[in-house]
Amino acid sequence: MNTPVYCGCDVGSMTAKAVLMAEGKILGSAVIPAGTKAARAAADVVDKALEAARLRWEDIFFTVSTGYGRKRVGFAQGEESEIACHGRGAWWCLPNVRTVIDIGGQDSKAIRLDGEGRVVRYQYNDKCASGTGRFLEVMAQALGVALEDMGGMAALSTEQIKISNQCVIFAETEVVSLMNTGHAVADILNGLHHALATRVLAMAKAVGLEKEILFCGGVAKNGGVAQALAQAAGFSLVPYPLDPQINGALGAALLAEERARERLAS
Amino acid sequence: MIYAGCDVGSLTSKAVIMKHGRILGRAVIPSRARPQLSGQEVMDLALGEARLCRDRITACVGTGYGRDNLSFVQAAISEITCHARGGLWLLPTARTIIDVGGQDCKAFRIDDRGIPVKFLTNDKCASGTGRFLEVMAKLLGIGMADLGGLSDRSGSPITFASTCTVWVQADVIKHLNDGRTPEDIGAGINIAMANRVAMLASAVHPEPDICMTGGVAKNEGVVQALEKLLGARIKRVKKADPQLAGAIGAALLAAERDGSR
Repeated sequence: MNTPVYCGCDVGSMTAKAVLMAEGKILGSAVIPAGTKAARAAADVVDKALEAARLRWEDIFFTVSTGYGRKRVGFAQGEESEIACHGRGAWWCLPNVRTVIDIGGQDSKAIRLDGEGRVVRYQYNDKCASGTGRFLEVMAQALGVALEDMGGMAALSTEQIKISNQCVIFAETEVVSLMNTGHAVADILNGLHHALATRVLAMAKAVGLEKEILFCGGVAKNGGVAQALAQAAGFSLVPYPLDPQINGALGAALLAEERARERLAS
Repeated sequence: MIYAGCDVGSLTSKAVIMKHGRILGRAVIPSRARPQLSGQEVMDLALGEARLCRDRITACVGTGYGRDNLSFVQAAISEITCHARGGLWLLPTARTIIDVGGQDCKAFRIDDRGIPVKFLTNDKCASGTGRFLEVMAKLLGIGMADLGGLSDRSGSPITFASTCTVWVQADVIKHLNDGRTPEDIGAGINIAMANRVAMLASAVHPEPDICMTGGVAKNEGVVQALEKLLGARIKRVKKADPQLAGAIGAALLAAERDGSR
């Protein structure tokens, strides 16, 4: 391939993601479980993205890494914060985006962007499992429901249940007792989605919610959470146009091109 | 005159039977599904130890989260009021009480009559409550009572970066898989627990003497780590089981209310 290919590699705590781009187009992407070795996950996920794009390692001109394991990506020429990458990825997908809400497996973020896609404010939570994907993971296990079925099942809810505990540990006990008192799983799931949405929205409000709002991260695949967030926010969210897990890697690929141009210019 | 105090908590229920300021009977049981059942059972056990029957009780005060659902009490009084009074009885020089229960943590300063003057509580987050230790003990496959002793036998306690019970849980599994000893992990857990409790305790500006009550007061690993963090000694309670503080306070308040009638 003659045109330079830019690579974004986002090594998170749960999954690793890679996006390959050239001339402003996505050529290939991949998402894999991160495992325990960040360096290995980074190489594997880029391998997989290269395969999808029918490219070779030599084709990559510049790589930017991001995410929790970004310092372990030996083949990257640069690294960028998750906030910068998520902001850039969202702006590329939707130029009139002003707020990005990202809920990952072990953290959540809310980012405010200006008209040029620059980050003006952000909030971040990785201290408390409540308000992250882990909240849903623990509850799915307690309820014996597969994570990917949660959204669909919650849509069948007929009765509103309020989950009163925020803490994952306390809410898990509450869920078990709700099951024991005969509440329908669909209703409990719906209650959980609203609980998560309320928690994340409290954080997002601190950056100031402004339209358009883009919702990404692994949890964005759960339609129930998206709906609950929209309801709590009082206006609709724009669904992420790609796999919602690759936004960070996409932003890293876009920043890879920018960094490469800066270096060539200097 | 026989007075009783019944403290129905989320995890355990406690009762004491008192006469002339002395404990005649006491009991601690895991809480049942309904407060009334827990209260009745724990009271009967305490009465059994005192060799008394129910109709000998002059007055009984209930406390704890299930206090409003007890049919046999003459009054329900808040946990803070009862813990403050019970804490002062356990240690008359106490001016700061740190109570760590099964699902909450309270820190308060009291005056010389056992009246709370400054007070903070955490019942929103499992970290810093007995629940944190319960989850970790289960992971290590040991009883709650054995967790405290691990601190003494650890050469290099593990530092946990997170506060959240869920994240520490994941870290503990990782350390177990890496072959770290239960002693080092357990000591790290006790320190993490103390860190969280210290955050709350520091905020009430503790003054001596500091006394610890609640089930977690029996965990020496946590108490010693907390002393280091606060830079102050925590007086050990020897007069009675520190887990009984709320029930003792309730019984004392039952006597007081009866006397002033």
